[in-house]
Amino acid sequence: MKIVACIKRVPATETQAKIAANGKGLEPAGVEYMLSFYDEIAVEEAIRTKERVGSGEVIVLTLGPAEARKELVECLAKGADRAILLVDPAWSSRDSLSTAKLLAAKIGELAPDLVFTGRVATDTDSAAVGPMLATLLGRGCVTDVVKLTIEGGGKLKAERESEAGIEMYELALPALITCQKGLNEPRYAGLKGIMAAKKKPVEEVAVQDVPNQIAVETAQLPPARKEGRIVGTGAAAVPALLEALRKEAQVV
Amino acid sequence: MLTIAVYVEHASGSVRRASLEALGAAAATGHEVVAILAGDGAEGAASGCAGAARAVCIAGSLASPDALARATADAARQIGARAFVASATSTGKDLAPRVAALLGSALLADCTALSATGDVLRATRPTLAGKVLIQATSSGPVFCATLRRNVFGAASGAGPAGISKAAGVNDFKAMLQSIASKTGSKLDVSEAPIVVAGGRGMKGPEHFALLEELAAAFGSAAVGASRAVVDAGWRPHGEQVGQTGKTVAPQLYVAVGISGAIQHLAGMKTSKVIVAINKDPEAPIFKHADYGIVGDAFEVLPVLTQAVKALRAQ
Repeated sequence: MKIVACIKRVPATETQAKIAANGKGLEPAGVEYMLSFYDEIAVEEAIRTKERVGSGEVIVLTLGPAEARKELVECLAKGADRAILLVDPAWSSRDSLSTAKLLAAKIGELAPDLVFTGRVATDTDSAAVGPMLATLLGRGCVTDVVKLTIEGGGKLKAERESEAGIEMYELALPALITCQKGLNEPRYAGLKGIMAAKKKPVEEVAVQDVPNQIAVETAQLPPARKEGRIVGTGAAAVPALLEALRKEAQVV
Repeated sequence: MLTIAVYVEHASGSVRRASLEALGAAAATGHEVVAILAGDGAEGAASGCAGAARAVCIAGSLASPDALARATADAARQIGARAFVASATSTGKDLAPRVAALLGSALLADCTALSATGDVLRATRPTLAGKVLIQATSSGPVFCATLRRNVFGAASGAGPAGISKAAGVNDFKAMLQSIASKTGSKLDVSEAPIVVAGGRGMKGPEHFALLEELAAAFGSAAVGASRAVVDAGWRPHGEQVGQTGKTVAPQLYVAVGISGAIQHLAGMKTSKVIVAINKDPEAPIFKHADYGIVGDAFEVLPVLTQAVKALRAQ
């Protein structure tokens, strides 16, 4: 089975945000990067699926800066077979549709049976590229998947976590799955994997420019919350708290 | 005047609160609003689409997400919509990117503000777990956005003047087979107007009963959990609030025994009012709370629950 896992290099969770001088995005100086949390789950599911099926290839694909090679190599160390880096100087300002179009063009060439993406990238927080990709590629897609079963005859069963509960879907290959926490426990790369990764190919491809539709007018830090106060200590503070919630905040 | 298509979710014949908020946000731009509904009971619910000039009901079921997306995109085209808006619910977040792609348009997801200057729509959305707010417009053929819940005022007043039907789509790729509903009729943490969340300070899964009792005392409230608690297996992932869980914006968020890690704050800092109860006066959560009690959760919670009950009984 040929499997593609899409990943994204994103600012680390602990990043202290500063606004860039142009006022339209995050100041990149001093930002540390990491593999987006849910993409780790996507890569893990890709590797597990290959292991379960018993044969095939796992290709990790990203659109990003040349530096995203680091995150790709991490995925190779975990067990992916090869990596493709769509080198895009404009990666950090891409909107969901132009990102999906560029990834879809490459995935169209690769023609994998299964594509995994994370539920959401933890920088843009859009959760859009996965279902957009599936739509552009004309593939069946289930989002927020917490359990995936590959059945005979190219059939899949996917369980989706929704507000209503767990929704069970059936679909056929070729398909795209967006991965929710709970689908698996991502493995750590062992020393052997890290050594093996050095010999695995990372192909760099320059992307053609696809224009963005979304134009950022301003980027701002959120307004500071009005300073709060400690209403008291221990159970004795309960009446003061309720008084404040009732009279000042008017929420109860 | 633009036409804004709003995808409206409904249950038991009524428009869902989240969709009323999306209708309200669209109507507040001053442009024409057309509601799109689908699934069994759509026609019954359509009359409840306050803020909409018209409603279009798609025939057929909701069971295939790709077929629903195509039918919705077709309806948006027929309406001549220049904008498409849905609520950032689990349905809306799945549907909107598909519809946007079918309409050849990018998406502004989980927006917290929507406005219009003449025919230019713009939206504000949190990125980087709420650390940066982006205000943006779109040059795409259709302005597509999902709207965060509990942020916009619900539409009220008259329903649509006309209700029409649109064809469904019969071929599909993925198909819903069954739903294992959550136990009872528990409110989801992302839709509850009050959230009572517990962290490691609760010391064990058995003590979450104290939070459930407080939630029950408040009435329409849900129990949430920190990542540490979910990772420890004390609570299900569906209750996790934070960057790797759900984003919530309730009227009142009560954080109990939660230190206030960046990853947790990401999921709840747009709550209207935040209360923190924590033993450690240095816990970062107090910097983000409107009101704090320094104290032991096991002493404070039962007293708070009784006091809320007494207040509500008045």
